[in-house]
Amino acid sequence: MLEGIFVEGLIYAIMALGVFFTFRILDFPDLTVDGSFPMGAVIMATALSGGINPLAGLLLAFSGGVLAGFVTAAIHNRLKVPHLLAGILTMTMLYSVNIRILGNRANLPLLRVDTIITHVSVATRGLIPADWASLLFFAMVVLAIKFALDLFFHTDMGLVFGALGNNEQMVKVQGVNPATLKLIGVGLSNGLVALSGAFAAQYQGFADVNLGQGIVVSGLASVMLGEFIIKSNRIGMLTLRVILGAILFKAIMYLGRFYGYYINMTPNDLKLIAGILIIASLAVTNYRRIRGKGGTAA
Amino acid sequence: MISLQNLTCTFHAGTPNAKTVIRDLNLTVDAGEFVTIIGSNGAGKTTLFNLISGNLLPTSGRVFIDGEDVTAHPEYKRARTMGRIFQDPLAGTASNMTLEDNMMITCKKGFKWPVISLNRKMRAYFCEQLVNLKMGLESRMKENISTLSGGQRQALTLLMMVLSNPAIALLDEHTAALDPRNAAIVMDLTTRFITEHRLTTLMITHNMNHAIAYGSRLLMMDAGEIIIDVSGADKARLTVPKLLEMFSTVRRKAFENDEVLLAAG
Ligand SMILES: Nc1ncnc2c1ncn2[C@@H]1O[C@H](COP(=O)(O)OP(=O)(O)O)[C@@H](O)[C@H]1O
Ligand SMILES: [Mg+2]
Repeated sequence: MLEGIFVEGLIYAIMALGVFFTFRILDFPDLTVDGSFPMGAVIMATALSGGINPLAGLLLAFSGGVLAGFVTAAIHNRLKVPHLLAGILTMTMLYSVNIRILGNRANLPLLRVDTIITHVSVATRGLIPADWASLLFFAMVVLAIKFALDLFFHTDMGLVFGALGNNEQMVKVQGVNPATLKLIGVGLSNGLVALSGAFAAQYQGFADVNLGQGIVVSGLASVMLGEFIIKSNRIGMLTLRVILGAILFKAIMYLGRFYGYYINMTPNDLKLIAGILIIASLAVTNYRRIRGKGGTAA
Repeated sequence: MISLQNLTCTFHAGTPNAKTVIRDLNLTVDAGEFVTIIGSNGAGKTTLFNLISGNLLPTSGRVFIDGEDVTAHPEYKRARTMGRIFQDPLAGTASNMTLEDNMMITCKKGFKWPVISLNRKMRAYFCEQLVNLKMGLESRMKENISTLSGGQRQALTLLMMVLSNPAIALLDEHTAALDPRNAAIVMDLTTRFITEHRLTTLMITHNMNHAIAYGSRLLMMDAGEIIIDVSGADKARLTVPKLLEMFSTVRRKAFENDEVLLAAG
């Protein structure tokens, strides 16, 4: 079970990194995530069932997510629609698109197909137990993505992303079109989210168009939990704490699922818990800020 | 360099709240000119800058930069030939990022690709440039901008603007939020950079003495119009009382801005 928490935490961490990019760096609260996460899952499942190589499937899922992000950013940029509404529009349309991708059904099991996880366990058979092999594999994937992101935020483009959420006027004065940056940023973010969905489908052994319900809330909860664990403004620490936050979030959800029945909780209550976690984080942050302003904070 | 033709800007046009802030304004600024702009609060000075930079679109009229009609160009495109500094020292930098990151973003105009340019050579270059400010910032390149004072931020914004090599500089009361000592330091840097880089400059100021002392041409704005335009020898002979007298002759009323009068004192 312990490996399970970590593996799921790591898979969701990829999604949380995408949420972190839009919510925290771009200051673009993007709800596309609830549609692009299952989109990654259904693209992956369809690709695998069609006999496509898992790596190619991951690439397809990532590209699908990028496109979904482009749509949201374009609606926002071109039609001057607020972020939230643009995201909701894309998310809603994606529900139908995802059913189309699955061939007019709502879910697809991956029973007799070789997923990337099967490949990993075959490659490591006899060396380490299968559970630990997946854990190691996902740890490597997530760290690779983390370091790629860290590197990206040190590039000229990445630095401008940092400035955009803070001071859009400054970005314009530099001769950079904020609309282009938002397109790239929201695209990349949803690419990561879809990638996470693609891994989740393979780990769970099925894809379902309802997989994404409330995903953005769990992503945001992970980001906020991470912010409690580590205080820093260095990019390497920011991405690290998102990952830790996602694992912690999964752990809390596991506790809720396995021990919740003592207090009459059912798995259906987990979304409520996720929402309450966010509200509690906001309340504590607010309290700290007020106390900080009063000058009494240590 | 800059040419404005019959420029009019009306806010809330077509509603009972319609308010014409720039009124059929014509202005030509030649390359290398240093123009100071003065006028009471609400005269339309900042709006004029917004129209030149593309932050606002005129209700009618045209904007030409370097002979090209840029009236329809978005702000970020026009910005490639223009530097702009605002009164608010927070407006020119990203406070959540380090000094060197800010300099990396602002040292070049135009689209940024995902390549890493902030290397040892670049840092050495920034360090060398920061020494020119004589504020000790060269030893604080890894610190967040939020730790800098208003004067330091404004001096840095000025330096970064110059490094990005614009042809035109728009300065909007960029020393007004600073204490007198820092304001003087930033003004010194301003004149030095303008001369060194031969920038075509428009500088809004609320200080009549500054408007007279600096630059090669002085404009006074009132109610959306340029009512006084002096340059050359006439400008060199200008004094504050003379300027006030010119204003009342043109407008048949006394200059009524306490802030400007105080600053002139
Ligand atoms: N976006 C806007 N909408 C409505 N009125 C505005 C807007 N911007 C400026 N104004 C009005 O235009 C007038 C001129 O403003 P501004 O150009 O900022 O004056 P100045 O910089 O000379 O003090 C003011 O009366 C101001 O209230
Ligand atoms: Mg103004």
